[in-house]
Amino acid sequence: MKKLVIGLFALLPTLSMAAGPAMPLQEANIDLTDQASLQRGAKLFMNYCLGCHQMQYQRYERTFRDIGIPTDIGQESLIFDGSKVGSHIKNAMDKDDAAKWFGAAPPDLTLISRVKSPDYIYTYLKSFYKDESRPFGVNNIVFPSVGMPHVLQELQGLPTPVVEEVEEHGKTVTKVVATETDGSGEMSVDEYDQAARDLANFMAYVGEPSRLDSESLGIKVIGFLIILFIFAFLLKKEYWRDVH
Amino acid sequence: MSNAPVDNSRRRFLTIATSVVGGVGAVGAAVPFIASWNPSERAKSAGAPVEVDISKLEPGQLIRVEWRGKPVWVISRTPEMLEQLKAHEDKLRDPQSVEPQQPEFAKNEFRSIKETIFVAVGICTHLGCSPSFLQGGFGEKVEGTDDGFFCPCHGSKFDMAGRVFQSVPAPLNLEIPPYYFIDDTTILVGGEKGEGAA
Amino acid sequence: MFGNIINWIDERIPMTRVWNMHIAQYPAPKNFNFWYFFGSLAMLVLVNQIVTGIWLTMNFVPSAEGAFASVEYIMRDVEYGWLLRYLHSTGASAFFVVVYLHMFRGMIYGSYQKPRELLWLFGMFIFLALMAEAFMGYLLPWGQMSFWGAQVIISLFGAIPVIGDDLTLWIRGDYVISGATLNRFFALHVIALPLVLVILVFLHIVALHEVGSNNPDGVEIKRKKGTVAEEDKPKFKFHEYYTNKKDIVDAIPFHPYYTVKDIVGVVGFLILFCYVVFFAPAMGGFFLEAPNFEAANPLKTPEHIFPVWYFTPFYAILRAIPDKLMGVIAMGASIVVLALLPWIDRGKVRSIRYRCGFHKLNIAQFVVTFVILGWVGATPQTDFKTILSQICTVTYFMFFVLLFFYSKNEKTKPLPERLTK
Repeated sequence: MKKLVIGLFALLPTLSMAAGPAMPLQEANIDLTDQASLQRGAKLFMNYCLGCHQMQYQRYERTFRDIGIPTDIGQESLIFDGSKVGSHIKNAMDKDDAAKWFGAAPPDLTLISRVKSPDYIYTYLKSFYKDESRPFGVNNIVFPSVGMPHVLQELQGLPTPVVEEVEEHGKTVTKVVATETDGSGEMSVDEYDQAARDLANFMAYVGEPSRLDSESLGIKVIGFLIILFIFAFLLKKEYWRDVH
Repeated sequence: MSNAPVDNSRRRFLTIATSVVGGVGAVGAAVPFIASWNPSERAKSAGAPVEVDISKLEPGQLIRVEWRGKPVWVISRTPEMLEQLKAHEDKLRDPQSVEPQQPEFAKNEFRSIKETIFVAVGICTHLGCSPSFLQGGFGEKVEGTDDGFFCPCHGSKFDMAGRVFQSVPAPLNLEIPPYYFIDDTTILVGGEKGEGAA
Repeated sequence: MFGNIINWIDERIPMTRVWNMHIAQYPAPKNFNFWYFFGSLAMLVLVNQIVTGIWLTMNFVPSAEGAFASVEYIMRDVEYGWLLRYLHSTGASAFFVVVYLHMFRGMIYGSYQKPRELLWLFGMFIFLALMAEAFMGYLLPWGQMSFWGAQVIISLFGAIPVIGDDLTLWIRGDYVISGATLNRFFALHVIALPLVLVILVFLHIVALHEVGSNNPDGVEIKRKKGTVAEEDKPKFKFHEYYTNKKDIVDAIPFHPYYTVKDIVGVVGFLILFCYVVFFAPAMGGFFLEAPNFEAANPLKTPEHIFPVWYFTPFYAILRAIPDKLMGVIAMGASIVVLALLPWIDRGKVRSIRYRCGFHKLNIAQFVVTFVILGWVGATPQTDFKTILSQICTVTYFMFFVLLFFYSKNEKTKPLPERLTK
């Protein structure tokens, strides 16, 4: 019985309750300890995303400290609007204007990795494709009718869609299942994958900046508790010799 | 009941050992609760050094800036003000600034880096009110001294170097914050030189 | 010196007497097993919730404009704020894990049976208060799930005839969930309900100590005075409050035997608990739901709305019934019927160990039903799941109906004279 309960408890996290998206996500294989990747991700974010998307709950200074960028270098190379290093990562875009331009205000990205997942971000960044019917000329496999342009186009180029016929609810429909690079970007396919991974990694860090601290402290706490458990167990055994 | 005799020394050892280890755990568990009372990142960010532009500061003028939520005065002292500082030294509690109310660099007769520019935390050392700057009207409070600071709460008096006069409630001279000149017209209040211009 | 201080205090408040009566000389059955850890663990989690809750209150901003941002402030800007928050959020789920197992213990060993009916009722009131506490607390982070979950649950009150609509309006204090709702839930969550919980827990323990604990054999350890031979009495000293009224067999003093045992349980529990806190605080979306990392938006409903896992079995019963009012009634009845267990079960034998085989099957099906309902309530609805939840709603209530009938003239195994093991 005891084992059963513990077993059920351990099983819980593996049961994912979110409804599966239409397209399977690609694995980002992010690594929060890879500071070089986090730094590249931060640079990409500040250059390509921050114009429209804020990280309004996260501060520059803390970010720099956690991902290993010296404050003065960060101030010079990653803060473009003259903000103080202690301020939140925000832009000057007016929310109402933005809603007019894009249909909806670009969401804050502080917690996007927790609302969605790093794998989602990774896949999303790799799933833009050319679609003239859309206002910005692009669409996205995992986010159909996406309301934003492909801001990384200069890096990736403008991918062309790979269309396939698939069975869905008994009907045959054509569906974009993959994209193919057109070679017009600055980066090779591998380089772009790495860039998407770096961005997903950085956003995963910002989503939960305490993650690494938590795990290193957690190991110590659990180690300590195991020692305490041994003492407590021996103490119990010693006293219960009176009873048995 | 077991027939084996009770081993009291083992029992005592395990009780003490478990208590000690458990006590260490209790202290450890208290750490996050205690540490969470430290100034947060927001408080630290609001307490970051403040740049003050003094290019438009007229002689005799006082400007107030906020640093860590406190008023900091920046005053351009006139030659007359500096002259008077020497005249009333016998009426002061701590004319030589012996008490550690200032960084090392301000432990001089003017309590400043540059003679003319005076920087101080504008909070009375008595109970925390902010004294008024009586320019030209200080003579009523202290004879022979034209300018100074007078605290409206309990009547403490300070001279133009923030030094406290005798027989007032305030025990200490006004606090001088850490600061330095980035260039001739800019002061960084709250930062020490070499800390990195943040 | 130390003795003098104790004497000084004892002359003024009954410190030593209470210690002896309720801890050092309190007779507890000697055969408590694994299932008996969960009472003390529930106390531990309650303390954790209160202490971390007080600390969270220090930085939380109870307003529609500030709540979400203040939670992120706690998570990012306050030193160890993330730990305080995860301890509290994990503690909420742990509370229900522990309480459900504690209740299940009561069910399998018949701990609700005479003379422990009131003890069971106090427990049910604790469970109700806990559900209210959890529900109101869940609104406070002001995420999408907070907002829409509260919206759905409060709308349930609209099913009540005549007064329903006015009642929901009154609970919210606005036409939708708003800052007004948040503020009143905050007040109830941090002051009113914790106070109620603490008082109920106190009464639960008073009731427990008056009648004494049941045990896995379900055989009473307190016997009629004069019926127990001197050599059968335990060699421990129990408080005369108990020994004057009854003869006691097979008991041991709560302290030190169960205090040291509970410490083992507590540390074991903490290992699991800390694993979740430090390594998987979201618990795959069960303890912290992903949509709740997005600030509440009254204009956009998340794709799927679920209550947190501990409400889902009851939520599934609600959804199983196609009529709104009947659904609400069925959900309420599913909790009330649990409270009535002492009167539904008419058996004379308490423990599952000595009851009929059918009772074992019935309890097993109840567990399966409860788990399936929990799963159905936590996942998007499909036609298959609707039917499944309807079947399980029937089997849920069937447990009680069957119990009522077979328990009257149940064929039980002979009870042991004394506790086994």
